[in-house]
Amino acid sequence: MLKIYDGGLPVAKILEEWYQEESTSNYGAFLPFIGTIRDEDGIIGLSFDIYEPILKKWFEAWVNKAKSRGAIIKMAHSRGDVLLHESSYIACVFSPKRRVALEFIDEFVEDFKASAPIWKYDLKDGKRIYALDRSTAINGSGLLGVNG
Amino acid sequence: MVRVEFLGPIQKDTLELEITNLKELADVLQKLPEMAEWLENSAIAVNDTLTSELDIALKDGDKISMLPPVCGG
Repeated sequence: MLKIYDGGLPVAKILEEWYQEESTSNYGAFLPFIGTIRDEDGIIGLSFDIYEPILKKWFEAWVNKAKSRGAIIKMAHSRGDVLLHESSYIACVFSPKRRVALEFIDEFVEDFKASAPIWKYDLKDGKRIYALDRSTAINGSGLLGVNG
Repeated sequence: MVRVEFLGPIQKDTLELEITNLKELADVLQKLPEMAEWLENSAIAVNDTLTSELDIALKDGDKISMLPPVCGG
């Protein structure tokens, strides 16, 4: 389950839906991670671009990885502008026991940060500024450079 | 003809090129001053699959995407 929303995420609605979807699936642990926009550096919010074809493939690989551990994952992300204190990202793991879910959400969110084809911009002083200093080059980057 | 798309913050329109492998694409892009800041830090996908091989053969209708550094969440 991967859903993209325009603007800030309806957190309570998403969590309620996910909880209801699995309420009788016999998972002992439901571990959500909710990312929200903090008030810092004079921004009024963040903005996101997403390249869905590769995001879907990346997510599908994690769905299969979760399945191999008896778990499932769900994820929601914003596209476009998200204002201060709103949420732009929710990921969750359901698993039979808590240990798998606790470890899996950590691995999943770390790889999400390093690999998911999403670009972040600060909304500041009337501009949309690419957050290059907080971004990570995807593994294998530089292929077309002079040292590629 | 191969389509080359520049994603996220790379402000560049799609290119359509007669090329047969990624090495030729590298030669084209390395000559463009506006690409200098992106070539060393961007990943490359062929038909929406990331690749680390320069000598992949390209065919008519293939889509190449250039993905600069990411930061979701």
